[in-house]
Amino acid sequence: MTAPTRRRDGRLGGIDPRAVAETVTDPELPMLTLADLGVLRDVRTEDGTVVVEITPTYSGCPAMGVMRADLVHALHRAGFADVDVRTVLSPAWSTDWISAAGRRKLAAGGIAPPGKAPVRAAGPVPLSLGPTRRTATCPVCGSEDTEQTSEFGPTACKALLRCRVCGEPFEMIKEI
Amino acid sequence: MGHEETVYEALDHAHGGEGQWAFGTGFDEPLAGVDTTVPEGIDPADLGAYCLMLGDDALVLAQRLTEWMTNAPELEEEVAFGNIALDLLGQARLLLARAGSVGVLGRSRERATASIPDEDALAFFRDPGEFRSTALVEAPNGDFGRTMVRLLAAATVRLAVFAQLRESRDPVLAAIAAKGVHELTYHRDHAARWVLRLGDGTEESHRRAQAGVDAVWPLLADLFTPTDVETRLVAAGVAVDPADVRAEVRSVLTRVLDQATLQVPAWPADAPPRGRTGEHGPELTELVATLQGLARQHPAATW
Repeated sequence: MTAPTRRRDGRLGGIDPRAVAETVTDPELPMLTLADLGVLRDVRTEDGTVVVEITPTYSGCPAMGVMRADLVHALHRAGFADVDVRTVLSPAWSTDWISAAGRRKLAAGGIAPPGKAPVRAAGPVPLSLGPTRRTATCPVCGSEDTEQTSEFGPTACKALLRCRVCGEPFEMIKEI
Repeated sequence: MGHEETVYEALDHAHGGEGQWAFGTGFDEPLAGVDTTVPEGIDPADLGAYCLMLGDDALVLAQRLTEWMTNAPELEEEVAFGNIALDLLGQARLLLARAGSVGVLGRSRERATASIPDEDALAFFRDPGEFRSTALVEAPNGDFGRTMVRLLAAATVRLAVFAQLRESRDPVLAAIAAKGVHELTYHRDHAARWVLRLGDGTEESHRRAQAGVDAVWPLLADLFTPTDVETRLVAAGVAVDPADVRAEVRSVLTRVLDQATLQVPAWPADAPPRGRTGEHGPELTELVATLQGLARQHPAATW
């Protein structure tokens, strides 16, 4: 096979590596791309190598390895031989980085999108002893009369809720 | 990912089809691509030793919490313990990887094959005497009440330390702490709400929660005395002086216990650090044997 000609900006035959990276989806939320999720932080070309920067959602997110492999694989298949996927830890990921399109896709997929993330000031973190109140819209009937049934869900990023109107249990991405 | 491939094929592809070490997650080095240069004026050996202290606390507590899998009183709490353990395991991996990045590997490299990444080598191939965790996280779970009181105490201490560590002169440590603060906040508050429910619940739940408090309190004795490593790193602007978080920890725990109608026992007198210098009881030996047994018997196994 003849390798396509590489241009100085890293594009191969007019293919933008960023556009390729932006098609890769989250392994656990396949309705979202890594770009929608705010995990894809940067795509650039350095000396002919495509450098992709990603940030973990949670410290223990077990999907990082798969995300990394999927990005490398997608870029290889698009003809980019040299791909370097780098982790960036700072600033820490926030659900506020989930795009508007990402929020629509989550809701359409039956998962309530997160509200605004709490503001983290410097200094000691205040204790919160009351129940966590979450405002969510039921992804089935659209009612806002919902209750949280569990702060923890099937993955680190989700809580479990139930709609008081239609009775549907559903997941919600926790604000972080 | 491509539609014609499975997750496993994608991972296999990433490794040239050689298979994956069976016990860790070597395909995903947590610091891959992170600039791990040590800033000037920081002793790498001290930095690595400090990362082991913070990393081992998280690793050991994660292992304790996973003992509740299939044993928790309700499914939601099992899921909660699993999630909290996963966050802690993630923090442990980052911190052990940071220790490895500055060459602090103990004797783990004598036993782990070269393809096993540093954080896995440190977790699976060190002896208990090389761990730097504290008795607070090593103690057995006891019942649900005691587990929650211990989680409350451990998360309160760790959150107080991490909140200050966000200003560390080591940018990697600062970034790990900034991320961890988000997680530790809901670990602490979740445990606090459970201690409230149990303390201010039935006679039986109150009795058990109080017994948990009484069992956990002596474990706070050696948490607030810095080791020599910490003292040097505090001076270098890298570490948090554990003595500096004592007041905040006591204030948070007192608030929760007061509201839970539980009695706050006398605070134990500050004692010299034990676990931080490698002194551990038999509980840790047993925990490490469970954690490492299979990997030590089959160090080259792949899947």
